[in-house]
Amino acid sequence: MSGKTLYDKIWDTHVAHEAEDGTCLLYIDRHLVHEVTSPQAFEGLRMAGRPVRRPDQTIAVPDHNVPTTLGRENPDQMTEDSRIQVAALDKNAKDFGIHYYPVTDVRQGIVHIVGPEQGWTLPGMTVVCGDSHTATHGAFGALAHGIGTSEVEHVLATQTLIQKKSKNMKVEITGKLRPGVTAKDITLSVIGATGTAGGTGYVIEYCGEAIRDLSMEGRMTVCNMAIEGGARAGLIAPDEKTFAYVQGRPHAPKGAQYEAALAWWKTLYSDDDAHWDKVITIKGEDIAPVVTWGTSPEDVLPITDVVPAPESFSGGKVEAARRSIEYMGLTPGQKLSDIEIDTVFIGSCTNGRIEDLRAAAEILKGKKIKVKRAMVVPGSGLVRAQAEEEGLADIFKEAGFEWRMAGCSMCLAMNPDQLSEGERCASTSNRNFEGRQGYKGRTHLVSPAMAAAAAITGHLTDVREMI
Amino acid sequence: MEKFTKLTGIAAPMPLVNIDTDMIIPKVFLKTIKRSGLGVNLFDEMRYDRQGNEIEDFVLNKPAYRDAQILVAGDNFGCGSSREHAPWALLDFGIRCVISTSFADIFYNNCFKNGILPIVLPQEDVDKLMDDAERGANATVTVDLENQTITGPDGGEIAFEVDPWRKHCLLNGLDDIGLTLEKGASIDAYEAKMAQDRPWV
Ligand code: SF4
Repeated sequence: MSGKTLYDKIWDTHVAHEAEDGTCLLYIDRHLVHEVTSPQAFEGLRMAGRPVRRPDQTIAVPDHNVPTTLGRENPDQMTEDSRIQVAALDKNAKDFGIHYYPVTDVRQGIVHIVGPEQGWTLPGMTVVCGDSHTATHGAFGALAHGIGTSEVEHVLATQTLIQKKSKNMKVEITGKLRPGVTAKDITLSVIGATGTAGGTGYVIEYCGEAIRDLSMEGRMTVCNMAIEGGARAGLIAPDEKTFAYVQGRPHAPKGAQYEAALAWWKTLYSDDDAHWDKVITIKGEDIAPVVTWGTSPEDVLPITDVVPAPESFSGGKVEAARRSIEYMGLTPGQKLSDIEIDTVFIGSCTNGRIEDLRAAAEILKGKKIKVKRAMVVPGSGLVRAQAEEEGLADIFKEAGFEWRMAGCSMCLAMNPDQLSEGERCASTSNRNFEGRQGYKGRTHLVSPAMAAAAAITGHLTDVREMI
Repeated sequence: MEKFTKLTGIAAPMPLVNIDTDMIIPKVFLKTIKRSGLGVNLFDEMRYDRQGNEIEDFVLNKPAYRDAQILVAGDNFGCGSSREHAPWALLDFGIRCVISTSFADIFYNNCFKNGILPIVLPQEDVDKLMDDAERGANATVTVDLENQTITGPDGGEIAFEVDPWRKHCLLNGLDDIGLTLEKGASIDAYEAKMAQDRPWV
């Protein structure tokens, strides 16, 4: 019998019941909840007279539809639907007795940033949330994925999820990254190589020297976008960096509990003889700073490249590329570094952590922006506070950036932070779909350093020319 | 979830094919925090004009069909997005059964999760029921899930097929959550073991 993968190990640890056809009840250790996909689930519980089974393992924070402007705790600043959704979460958190970080709390932020920050996310756990980017928590070696509203209710009521097991896929990034290349470039390059359906049916484990070398923040960026590659979840085996990050967090185990946890966490890796259904290997030194040119996250190219010709693709992609290029207002053959940018957005659960802000500030130091508008939306109130303490906020403000409160903001443009028609944005978020950042808005996905570089020059720019 | 055993009610005819989830409940209504209350916006764009006045011609606005509990619809009912708001809106209006020659897969599953019985019948049976439904308030139809029969206003009976497991769930009002709760002992046992093995969780 072959060994087990990390996914196999976490899965096996969490099966609470298995039916004859292989359908399992997977026990959920942490359930994260936000204001947009949860109201109907709580209403369902009320209608059926059911309690939340484990309020102590359920954590709520409003993030998707909250304003990120200063003074936002004043309800007048919220749009009607936002006010109602936030008020509903306030009430549900109180009525059902779950952990809650309201907008007025400095610990409030994007759910996938708050979870790890507060030590809710730990190695070997199962973590779910009614949001597809729950994959982020995989950076800790936790099995984490997004769920729908019915499933949110199911987890609230039963602390389990009805699941069938996925297949195992290994994505190895060997060797070292070159200067100016970041975690965002890795994760975009992987999607560029596999396509947005390449991971369908799989849980991906990212490994290799380049992944080991990343900080926890960088690993979260990589796992965050596993979903854009179609995978159910992304994982990275925990190591000393993981343990160091977790230790001392408010909800991480302490003392003897920590030692016991640590002993188990150290067994969480894929065995040498584990079976993989699919393996992909990319050389770290081959990865360049990349940008997206189209309206799918798989439309990725090195910044030194040009807008591709639709005919260079095959099958249905030809028409899709033609449509993308037209939507994006580009011309095949045009140099990517010639594309002029109106707006720069730095934030989101992909790149809204302190390391991301440091990387952008490093490039911006002492410079002024050339774009029409630029904003930084820290991933949480604590990231924001730390950035202020480190002097990063001043660098952003002096450069001409707006310095916002924490939330999802222009990542999904559900609140008023939206692109206008035709507005072109270099964004550190994760989706460049048509209309994602506003009706007819145009999104180029980039790393924080690349976003900063574009802010200074006014066009997509190879950040390596600035370091 | 409410049980579904035997339903006697008015059947409304909607012969249109490919009635999609956007027609059933347009996306502007997804900003709600409730799953109830969507019934007034069921088929919103077909049912009301831009000023919000009822469009007289629309079947559910006609006096005879305002209390319909059954829909007899054209092929491929419920295609489009996965939004659970579609069955929520039907249920909130009072529809407990939809009869068609075929349904979109996700919508079909979502119906069972919400206590609605979708019935697939051959074209000639749907045509017959569509005729019956056209007869307005006299078109009382009885759907008997236990015996898997539909009885028309003239007393004629039509048999239908349904997955035994789903039938069991509907008859007993068991939703996914209810079923999982039946395995409560397994979950309790798991939690007891977890408290030993991983006490820090
Ligand atoms: S930042 Fe964007 S991707 Fe992340 S949770 Fe918010 S909306 Fe989803």
